[in-house]
Amino acid sequence: MNTNKRKLLTGPYLVWAVGFIILPLLMILYYGLTNDSGSFTLDNLLAIADPIHAKALWESVLIALGSTLISLVIAYPLAYILSNMGGNKSGTIIMLFMLPMWINFLLRIMALQMILANTGILNAILGFFGIGPLHIMYSKTAILIGMVYEYLPFMILPIYNVMCKIDRNVIDAARDLGADTKTVFMHVIMPLSLPGVLSGIIMVFIPGISEFVIADILGGSKVLLIGNVIDQEFSLTNNWHLGSGLSIVLMIFIFISMAIMNKYDKSGEGQMIW
Amino acid sequence: MKKYAILAAAMAACLTVTGCGAGQNESAAAEDDNTLIVFNYGDYIERSVLDMFEEETGIKVKYEEYVTPEDMYTKYQSGAINYDLICTSDYMIEKMILAGELQKIDTSSMENYDNLDPTYLDFCKSFDPNNEYAVPYFWGTVGICYNTEMVGEEVDSWEILWDENYSDQLIMENSMRDAFIVPLKLMGASINTVDKNELLEAQQMLFDQKKLVMAYLVDESRDAMISGDAAMAVIYSGDATAAMDANEDLDYCVPKEGSNIWFDCWMIPKTAKHKEAAEKFIDFMNRVDVGLMNFDYIYYATPNQAVYEELDDETKEDYTIFPDEETLSKCEVYKYLGEEDERYYNQLWKELKSY
Amino acid sequence: MVKTKSFLQKFYVGLIFTILYAPIAVLIVCSFNASKARTIWGGFTLDWYVQLFQNEAVIDAVKTSLMLTTSAALIATLLGTFACIGMTVMSKRSQAVIGTVTNIPMLNADIVTGIAIMLLFVRFMKLGYTSMLIGHVTLGIPYVILNVNPRLRSASKTTYEAALDLGAGPVYAFIKVVLPELMPGIMAGFLMAFTISLDDFIITYFTKGAGINTISTMLYQEVRRGINPEMYAMSTLLFLAILLILFVVNRIGAKQDEMKVY
Repeated sequence: MNTNKRKLLTGPYLVWAVGFIILPLLMILYYGLTNDSGSFTLDNLLAIADPIHAKALWESVLIALGSTLISLVIAYPLAYILSNMGGNKSGTIIMLFMLPMWINFLLRIMALQMILANTGILNAILGFFGIGPLHIMYSKTAILIGMVYEYLPFMILPIYNVMCKIDRNVIDAARDLGADTKTVFMHVIMPLSLPGVLSGIIMVFIPGISEFVIADILGGSKVLLIGNVIDQEFSLTNNWHLGSGLSIVLMIFIFISMAIMNKYDKSGEGQMIW
Repeated sequence: MKKYAILAAAMAACLTVTGCGAGQNESAAAEDDNTLIVFNYGDYIERSVLDMFEEETGIKVKYEEYVTPEDMYTKYQSGAINYDLICTSDYMIEKMILAGELQKIDTSSMENYDNLDPTYLDFCKSFDPNNEYAVPYFWGTVGICYNTEMVGEEVDSWEILWDENYSDQLIMENSMRDAFIVPLKLMGASINTVDKNELLEAQQMLFDQKKLVMAYLVDESRDAMISGDAAMAVIYSGDATAAMDANEDLDYCVPKEGSNIWFDCWMIPKTAKHKEAAEKFIDFMNRVDVGLMNFDYIYYATPNQAVYEELDDETKEDYTIFPDEETLSKCEVYKYLGEEDERYYNQLWKELKSY
Repeated sequence: MVKTKSFLQKFYVGLIFTILYAPIAVLIVCSFNASKARTIWGGFTLDWYVQLFQNEAVIDAVKTSLMLTTSAALIATLLGTFACIGMTVMSKRSQAVIGTVTNIPMLNADIVTGIAIMLLFVRFMKLGYTSMLIGHVTLGIPYVILNVNPRLRSASKTTYEAALDLGAGPVYAFIKVVLPELMPGIMAGFLMAFTISLDDFIITYFTKGAGINTISTMLYQEVRRGINPEMYAMSTLLFLAILLILFVVNRIGAKQDEMKVY
């Protein structure tokens, strides 16, 4: 009785999901699996084997992986330090990390461009110390910096969230039992923070793989990513069938990589985090 | 807990305050009769002109903007909104004429149509053969903007874009047809060629050039030139004017091999519900005072002879905005390539980007 | 030793915050720059702020953005949180299915979601504020679920059951025991949904009706002829407003904590 009532709470969302997630998805499937004359075809999916598309997907994966990894390396210690600072500040800390994101994305990336440009602020500062100038702008390095900048909060927050939840008593107990700081970290904090890390990886890697605006602005459009290809099929070439087909491939690809990631989710008691 | 409640209350306050404003928007959407839905490039009009039009005619203008002609076409085709009047560029107009998407515009009853310079109406004939479907709004050229401090020589040819001395200092247009102008004109070919050998040769030249290119940009190139980040850029004349205003080391040239001259025109799609109002609006845009206001704001070349005559001599002689006849005679207007060749072009462009 | 460690920690946090806020500082400086060019300092001015308030189009866009984003985030948070709670009593299989569906809007490139939703609306209703709202809620829900779910899973069931044993009704026990534990997750979810929605351009562009603009769509259109510095001024004000709200909320919170001591 009680559980049935509770299940009902999911109802409104399910209706929503069917109407505004499943239905549009079916439309994409329809476009992806048909051609101009409306007959069934797999060509749009197989188009991923085209060297241009395959290379674009590969570049996207590399860049997304790179930015995920860098974000993780930066975010994990940060979340750990912040979670030790005491719980009553947590609301403020979350806000402080979200705050920059309330300035429009395009404006922030443009500001980053002003900093990284050949005649930009960073080079002016470095020049003062007699270093440089560095040619960061319009390179893959610039794209990576931009993506880490954009997605870092999405890595920090879930890890921080989980770390705050770790019961201090468990840590104290481990210490009482003679564990040193390193052991406590490796055997208590690390495993318990894993769900947060996975959430973070998902939240950075997934948007990262279809990203193209940052690559265009900071990379000078010199690298073709799978996001660019899909975008152009929709908005430039007007070939919605190919665009949808490639989107389906991208989705399948992401699902597979998430399935692999979940295999490593030892803490998850078999649940899927996504 | 309390903190969150307060935060939520603050948010809710925002909601109620702003609620009224947006509510009005929707009720305005309901009344439909005496309105005109205009679809134009972003920031491509002096806004107060719209208020003037509303005051003088009593017609309410709903003004909507887009970024690229292709965006516009996608949104137009979806049929979500029945636009009455669209401003877009030459090749897209030709594509829409051929697709039967446009209505003929009745120019005979317009008071100010004669203000338009026949020279430019003739140019427009290359995409609108009888001047029936499109009324020109602004025009311009594509050329090289360069920094005289960084480029020691005089620039008069597209060839300089392959000079290794300027490696990593060149900016190319990040737009398919505009990028192909450069090698095609250098080869002496037409920018409207569909000859596969010519196109492949042009693509090969762009491949060779890619390692020298600092970035493929469209709008950002202006700022990169102003700040001195790049030595030269392939750029629209209007952007060049704006950049030269801000940095006096900059100069602009339309290379001797020739280039592209482009036209942005008003047109009425077949789904328009307020054709008469749309024609009134076009006529209004051609009026001298309105044309001047728009020119002062946008600073692209005007096809309106009457407006041109009102300008001061310095502006009239500005070769960036108004190139001389000899230069113009070497410039071509884009033609729509047709679906098949356009697809081929797209493929070449994709290969270049992936290279 | 402890001191250096804590200094290093503070230094690290400070460094990351500096990097995170550097571009914002640049934008704020730009909003006082008399020169329209982004890279040239033309002297101090307040002109852009004055012009901002005279520009009805910008004011309208800000209003629409705030209203749209707030309502979308609230709806997404409600739907998402309820969904998470309901899902706890479902079979693992259904949980996995729902979870997968939830992630679809995140997996898809934005343009695909945008166009798919547009196609749907064009067929069944007029584009307008409602279609934008639906698009934004859809965009935000996955972020709510991603944030609430881990919290719910690590929330201890025993306290809830203890409350029931002590005679509390399920709703009362939920509000008093489970909700406070979930609150940080819900808040984080709300904030993320809010942020994503405020930043979105593509979905807004394809689902908006004629004549409605948000901050994003307005900015993207300005790119063609250069961003108007009024937009820097607007961002600065928005940023300061949020900072102020945060500060006030914090002060009130701190006062209450003090009172608790006595």
